[in-house]
Amino acid sequence: MPRVVVDVMPKPEILDPQGKAVLGALPRLGFSGVTDVRQGKRFELEIDGELTDEVLAEVRQMAETLLSNPVIEDFTVSVETVAAVEAVE
Amino acid sequence: MKVGVVTFPGSLDDVDAQRAVRLGGHEAVALWHGDHDLRGVDAVVLPGGFSYGDYLRCGAISRFSPVMAEVIEAAQRGMPVLGICNGFQILCESHLLPGALIRNDHRKFVCRDQRLRIENVATPWTSSYEPGAEVTIVLKNGEGGFVADADTLDRLEGEGRVVARYLDVNPNGSARDIAGITNERGNVVGLMPHPEHSVEDLTGSGTDGLGFFTSLAAAVLS
Repeated sequence: MPRVVVDVMPKPEILDPQGKAVLGALPRLGFSGVTDVRQGKRFELEIDGELTDEVLAEVRQMAETLLSNPVIEDFTVSVETVAAVEAVE
Repeated sequence: MKVGVVTFPGSLDDVDAQRAVRLGGHEAVALWHGDHDLRGVDAVVLPGGFSYGDYLRCGAISRFSPVMAEVIEAAQRGMPVLGICNGFQILCESHLLPGALIRNDHRKFVCRDQRLRIENVATPWTSSYEPGAEVTIVLKNGEGGFVADADTLDRLEGEGRVVARYLDVNPNGSARDIAGITNERGNVVGLMPHPEHSVEDLTGSGTDGLGFFTSLAAAVLS
């Protein structure tokens, strides 16, 4: 079954207090060299049936209407092939 | 007037809002998130809280609840709608109001008696205030930072659509100290502070919030 991944990130100009909190915690844990952290969301959608252009267009619509708020967030849609998923797992 | 107060799963201030509606001289009608009709109400309050656990984004799931389809349609026809705190977030997610509300810039939940200036007294929710009235109303939020792009902010200010502005301190990093805004028509108001908690001397910091609920009658009579 194909998996479509939607990554949602706060727009660059939008303050990301959560990312800032993580950035602040890293040096306290002894990690150095990180100059910025932005925190986003990742959605993994398991698709029933074949992955057509229509299905991908619909996923983009889902991302626009529900998964992200276009006022403050950007999103990207990508496809994970079964082989790639198995290789990772 | 009959004023509907919507209860979503996770709403906290629906009962306080109903009480404030009654103290304002109206009949409070409880509406449920799963309702498909507004039970003949003349106005709607979306109360504060953590509807649907703030899952995904504050207000993002509530915006697609059955009752919101009715509220959005009624608001577009001109029905007065007031969204308080989580209700404000729902109105932004519904695109009834521009902009969005993000986590407080200082990352802490804020709970305080907040001084505000009421800058637009032409809405059905603010008509009983004097122009420029300075009031103190309870504020409590974790994600109350109002953001919008510069053009939208300029338009809101240029068209007099900033309903309330924070005084003394900006409690959550809101752009241009904005505490509340209205839509172009002026019937939909979103407000981060909680006027329904500032309606009785017995509790809280005074009764400065009552005007939001008495304004409705004045708006109808005028």
